Amino acid sequence: MNPIPRLRARLWNLWRLLRRLTGDDAYERYLRHHAARHAESTPLTRQEFCAREQEHKWDGVRRCC
Amino acid sequence: MTDTGKPAPPSPGGGSPVLRSAVWIAVAILGATAVGGIALHRGESINAIWFVTAAVCVYLLGFRFYASWIAARILCLDPTRATPAERLNNGRDFVPTHRWIVFGHHFAAISGPGPLIGPTLAAQFGYLPGTLWILVGAVLGGCVQDMVILFLSTRRGGRSLGQMARDELGAIGGAAALLGTFMIMIILIAVLGLVVVNATRHSPWATSTIAATIPIAVLVGLYMRVLRPGRVLEGTVIGVALLLLAVVGGGWVDGSALRGLFDHEGLPLAWAVITYGFLAAILPVWMLLAPRDYLSTFMKLGTILLLAVAIVVLRPQVHMPALTPFIDGSGPIFGGTLFPFVFITVACGAISGFHSLISSGTTPKLLANERDIPLIGYGSMALESFVAIMAMIAATVLEPGVYFAINSPAGVVGTGADAVALISSWGFPVTEARMGDLAREMGEATLFARTGGAPSLAVGMASIFGTAFGTTFGRGMLAMWYHFAIMFEAVFILTTLDAGTRVGRFMLQDLLGNLWPRMGQTSWYPSVLLTSAAVVSAWGYFLYIGVIDPNGGVNILWPMFGIANQMLAAIALSVATGILVKSGKLRFAWVTGLPLAWLVTITTTAALEKILSANPRIGFFAAANSLQDKLAAGLLSPEKAAVAPQLIFNQRFDAWLTLFFVIVVWTVVLDMLRISARHLKGKPVPPLAETAHQPTRLESHLDDSWVRD
Repeated sequence: MNPIPRLRARLWNLWRLLRRLTGDDAYERYLRHHAARHAESTPLTRQEFCAREQEHKWDGVRRCC
Repeated sequence: MTDTGKPAPPSPGGGSPVLRSAVWIAVAILGATAVGGIALHRGESINAIWFVTAAVCVYLLGFRFYASWIAARILCLDPTRATPAERLNNGRDFVPTHRWIVFGHHFAAISGPGPLIGPTLAAQFGYLPGTLWILVGAVLGGCVQDMVILFLSTRRGGRSLGQMARDELGAIGGAAALLGTFMIMIILIAVLGLVVVNATRHSPWATSTIAATIPIAVLVGLYMRVLRPGRVLEGTVIGVALLLLAVVGGGWVDGSALRGLFDHEGLPLAWAVITYGFLAAILPVWMLLAPRDYLSTFMKLGTILLLAVAIVVLRPQVHMPALTPFIDGSGPIFGGTLFPFVFITVACGAISGFHSLISSGTTPKLLANERDIPLIGYGSMALESFVAIMAMIAATVLEPGVYFAINSPAGVVGTGADAVALISSWGFPVTEARMGDLAREMGEATLFARTGGAPSLAVGMASIFGTAFGTTFGRGMLAMWYHFAIMFEAVFILTTLDAGTRVGRFMLQDLLGNLWPRMGQTSWYPSVLLTSAAVVSAWGYFLYIGVIDPNGGVNILWPMFGIANQMLAAIALSVATGILVKSGKLRFAWVTGLPLAWLVTITTTAALEKILSANPRIGFFAAANSLQDKLAAGLLSPEKAAVAPQLIFNQRFDAWLTLFFVIVVWTVVLDMLRISARHLKGKPVPPLAETAHQPTRLESHLDDSWVRD
């Protein structure tokens, strides 16, 4: 394999890892999950989804000392 | 016993088994040399790189051998078994996730300001006791606790520690775990609030920078909620840039006419923190809590990485001796002998009960395969422990005289000339001129008696960064680095304060919901206001007392926090030990049983000393009585006499509270022993709550197969 495309693939994977770790891609993942499991209903909009997730995420112990 | 549960071990030697063994033998020899070096070294100074080497080798060996052994022989991890994330996948909280991503989430959740503060305070005994406890405590205690609890919760549908205690031990254990968590939260928030107050007292630069972080968080919150929903990375980049700007802006405020607006005594700052805590608890999460959490996570990871790089580049000398005379209990920063107080002071970097709350409940719901448990449970804690080692380095690279001048409360060593004379007389020379120069370099009015650990950590970090990054970005910017470090700690602490208050509120609402269902509705506003006010008042009380206490408050609050946190760990390890015995693994129960026995020993000894000691520097009752005698004899200055009755009440209250902690933890331990004995005699006990085996079908279509190595 050519080193340039390989480097690009590496960087692309790193970028995806970063987005995944930070939850930046949460909506895209939700759309994929929705299409796979609940294709019969309409998915939430980006704004609705993000609002719902934020409330949900903070319903418990999330931080240590 | 199958061997299939073994995690893929790191294989630095590639494929060849001989080469691999050789590499591990080399790691072992290097680790032993480094640990031996720092333990036996007696001389002027020792290089910090030895600490880093010792730590890395110890964690690698612990992970490769101990964690793998526990995973294979005791837990019998089963990669063919479906995890809760797979069985209950709902695309929200139950989601099978790649192990490095879970590692990132888990580490971000367990890492808080605790491991930065504890080692800084424990350095009063010298560098050795704290360092050894961080290494040994983590490898044999903390990492094991986090990993075993993660495993047990994974096998129980991701249930929380409190629920597992109730299922496996009974109602008493469950109630104790819940109560313990609540109490720790209150003490923890109070002591963290005190750290912020002590770092901002009469420092317009720090105060204005930290004040600016609040509107910055709101701005980022608005961005991620309204302008660009869910664009976390964009929001964070903007926020971090603004935070750095706030550090620079603070320097400008310090030199301008606005200075007076941000120059305050401790008490008004404490009220500000209390008001802030209340507002943060009742405002919607998107406004303050969520954006602040993103920012603080990035700040922490970035700063810790920078510090690690700087330490490796600079390889600073550690000036603190291995042991100081204060192991006899006469230390100025906190009273108490080496045993048991070093083990109480360094809680988070060695073993932290709080982690068991994250290891149960949150993280198991993301785990794609049981095979990932050692990396996430054991590995994250090893990394957290490494953060504690770096905090220890940052504290001990300071000249000991400077370290003691910054961290000793005025009530113990006096101020100015008195303080330097007393500290120098202990054999840690320091002068007023040196302290004055240092304060000017750091852009502060004074560095005397800045207790709480944050200012001394910031001075240590600033001097490391200042030397490591050359003259332009280093020396010339010491004040910038100092206030950057203060800002980073404060952002971090305020996040814990917000999140902790909120969790406390939920727990209280849950509790009151049993009496009056309406109170249990987390969104009913009167209930939100009432329970938030109750939680904030509880920690606000301890914070207030800590601020008015001339001995600095840290002396009281930090040991109580340490005791409470270690006791929560004891509760978690009791649950784990009880389950091991009930699973027919009595032979291996020492894996959690020994750390448990050690924690019960140190926490009980420390608690009893805090209650019974006749030395007013240690015993709560002794301190209360001594103050009362002085008050009665009219020996106190009018200001001290005015607050003395509150301090006396508080010392007695703290004594009863500590006794209550001891009773809670012994109740759980004895309950666990009773259940174990009944099981061994063949009498009925609550059955194991483990879910039945379901084969996994995940491996082939895990949605992030792209990052699977």
